[in-house]
Amino acid sequence: MDLSFVILVEIFYAIASLALISAGLAVVFGMMKVINLAHGEFMMMGGYATITAVNLGINVFVAMLIVAPLIVGVIGLVVERLVIRHLYGRLVDTMLATWGLSLFFIGMATMIFGNTTTSITTPITGFAVGNYQINGYNFFIIFVSVALMISMYVLLKTTRLGLIARGTMQRSDIAAALGYSPDRIYMATFFCGSALSGLAGAILAPLVGLVPTSGGAYIAKAFITVIAGGPSLITGLISSSGLFGVVNQIFTFGISPVFGEMALLVIAVLLLRLLPEGVTGKFFKGKM
Amino acid sequence: MSSSWGKQDVAAIIVALVLMWSMPSLISTYTLTVLIIYGMLGLSLGLIWGFGGILCFGQAAFFGLGAYTYAIAAINMGESTIPMFLAVIVPALFAAFLGVMMFYGRLTDVYLGVITLVVTLILFKFVNSTAGPQYVIGEARLGGFNGIPGFHTLNIPGQPEAYIWGDALYYVCAAALLFLYFFVTWLLRTSFGRIAVGIRENETRVSLMGYDVRARKTILFSIGAAIAGLAGAFFANWSEIVTPGLFSLGQSAEIIIWCIVGGLGTRFGPIIGAASLAYLKFLLGQQSLIDNTLITGIILVLFVLFLPKGIVPAVSSLLKISFGRRAIRKFGNRRTSRRVGKING
Amino acid sequence: MVETVLETTGLTMRFGGVVASNNVNFSLKARELRCLIGPNGAGKSTFFKCVIGLHTPTEGQVFMRGQETTGWHPHEIASLGVGIKTQVPNVMDGLTVFENIWMAGRRFMPSKEASRKAHEIIDRLALGSIAKAELGRLAHGERQRVELGLVAVADPWLVLLDEPAAGMTAEDVDRMSTILHELTRTAAVVIVEHDMKFIRSIASTVTVFHQGAVLMEDHVDKVMSDPVVRNVYLGKKV
Repeated sequence: MDLSFVILVEIFYAIASLALISAGLAVVFGMMKVINLAHGEFMMMGGYATITAVNLGINVFVAMLIVAPLIVGVIGLVVERLVIRHLYGRLVDTMLATWGLSLFFIGMATMIFGNTTTSITTPITGFAVGNYQINGYNFFIIFVSVALMISMYVLLKTTRLGLIARGTMQRSDIAAALGYSPDRIYMATFFCGSALSGLAGAILAPLVGLVPTSGGAYIAKAFITVIAGGPSLITGLISSSGLFGVVNQIFTFGISPVFGEMALLVIAVLLLRLLPEGVTGKFFKGKM
Repeated sequence: MSSSWGKQDVAAIIVALVLMWSMPSLISTYTLTVLIIYGMLGLSLGLIWGFGGILCFGQAAFFGLGAYTYAIAAINMGESTIPMFLAVIVPALFAAFLGVMMFYGRLTDVYLGVITLVVTLILFKFVNSTAGPQYVIGEARLGGFNGIPGFHTLNIPGQPEAYIWGDALYYVCAAALLFLYFFVTWLLRTSFGRIAVGIRENETRVSLMGYDVRARKTILFSIGAAIAGLAGAFFANWSEIVTPGLFSLGQSAEIIIWCIVGGLGTRFGPIIGAASLAYLKFLLGQQSLIDNTLITGIILVLFVLFLPKGIVPAVSSLLKISFGRRAIRKFGNRRTSRRVGKING
Repeated sequence: MVETVLETTGLTMRFGGVVASNNVNFSLKARELRCLIGPNGAGKSTFFKCVIGLHTPTEGQVFMRGQETTGWHPHEIASLGVGIKTQVPNVMDGLTVFENIWMAGRRFMPSKEASRKAHEIIDRLALGSIAKAELGRLAHGERQRVELGLVAVADPWLVLLDEPAAGMTAEDVDRMSTILHELTRTAAVVIVEHDMKFIRSIASTVTVFHQGAVLMEDHVDKVMSDPVVRNVYLGKKV
């Protein structure tokens, strides 16, 4: 009984962290068709921003939820203006340029923070459930992830801003004819996407020792989750995170974490082969 | 479109021979050998991507497979000849399997890229985790993160004690690269090669002409993998150890960057891009002022933004404009598509 | 007894709830020239795509020279000796006119012969001055002409053209009529078209599509003077 509760929590945690990791990339890809391969490095910078802020005396939750996203959002803004802006519509070129940016950021971080591992302790302690110890921080992550999904949905579906953003993404020429500047919308969207990446990196920072190359562990998973999700932003994200999270945990519990990771990847390959349009390309069509 | 030897080919042989003979006085043969090996690797991606239009994010997978196949086979056989062959065949077969899975599923550009990327990751994670003594193929322990050292390196076929190393390995690799260059040149002049370029241009049209596009892409993909595998085998012989890093995402990224910087759609471009960037990395690695990775990143970004076609096409149009007869560009239709490339490039 | 080279029975194509092709029975004899007409959305192109293999029909069969080709891939159908031109020009932009046409011929003959036939077609279609030009740099009319050359070079016995006259000048259209007449000496030809003047100039049997189904099939003059067809084009309820 206790074991099943723990397993359930772990599964939800796996899904939640996958969704969290992928959210920033999903926003940028789903709304702008830009594949930002520097997403992992944005997360890494979110982590470093958090650690630096905490070391400067700022409350850890403020650092994670406000400072880090803001900083990374601004970095994203600069990146959009300088680089991404010139490459809209050129999918492959955007991938390559952002890959270059990711290398740039890794190099930068190495020069500023060095190669050694930096870390902070998890701000929420664990507690016991029967014979098992649960990491309380995992609940926090699940909570943040769910809150994020809900707010994104509400923002996009119900607010005027969300409507304008969605309209621009579908037909920027018509949005422009109606008086909305596509330029500004793209800037704002990329800012939000980067901020989300920063947020994810900040929240996950206490869990592992941070090194400049930490982003690399995330980008592949995020990338796969987003592409497999399909055209619908939020529904796709939840669907693919759900599927991959469950598969990952089953194999992790059944065999080992390495097999869990590999199983995720193998399922991803099969999924893409069978559903090249992503999950929401076939099911849940038309949902946000 | 002649299929016989032309001035360009003769010039290429002469230039190659001159370089082969003169470069060792500038750079050590040890370094030159790995630059040549990377050149082969670049050529393998340049062939399938620049001429075939197949965007593969995981070319390193075949490189690594070739290296590991060689190492494992060499340990089990104590001689290098058959392992070298296996190192070419195993990646090719794996690519054929992947190709059938991907190309027969009507997948497009980006998704192809994703799947090849994921496959590399799977291989990397798997090999990386094979540290225990139970992970053995014959007498070769896979060694996990530490890789496989101590295998029999290249020898003259039939004489296991007559090792080919140092300067001799350099000349063998250089000759191999020259051979591969002309193999690719020949291939692109055959009907198969010309149709492959057609597929890059407009797959639907080629299909409507009656060609089985899926099979052809699979075959081309396998040829590219075979070349990458051969490069991997030579690499194993050069470095005398094979590690999971050969399968890494970073390695795949580097190969792509070589092609972009060198010039996609040309034969020279990826080779030159690979050799120059690898050498640059080597030089940069010896200074600690600015981080290596940072510079590589900046280079990639700058090239994508300003020189998307790479160095070789830019230099070649510069030459045409300065010295060519038809210096005026007709129609002014500037193509920025990544898929441009002539068979003569 | 003239052979039936193309036949469909009960061909139906559904996309979700939309019936784009509705139980189409179609038959074409050797060396016959047929035009498919109908207002926008009538289902001509869907029918066309089902025949050439870009769609697999939901119901019904397609036969070519008695061989069932329902659900075949486009390349398998083309390999039978069928020349296909799609609605949007499908040519290889980065290659030259000669390369494009050579490749079409190469499928059915050795390289040298394909080169020879390509040069022949280039002359016949008056493409000599642009034979070495990259297709991406040519005007629309020229590209359409090249695509016609692609289709014709390997002496097909069935030619399927979707809007060959679209965006062409009057002069180009005249040239095309001549070529089509020549083609009918050896091939059966199906054309999807809107240009009535062009259709009249090739004066053939016409099949009228409406709401996915065949409305009428008769000589072009009879069809054009039929009041039902008029109403269909004008949008009046039939």
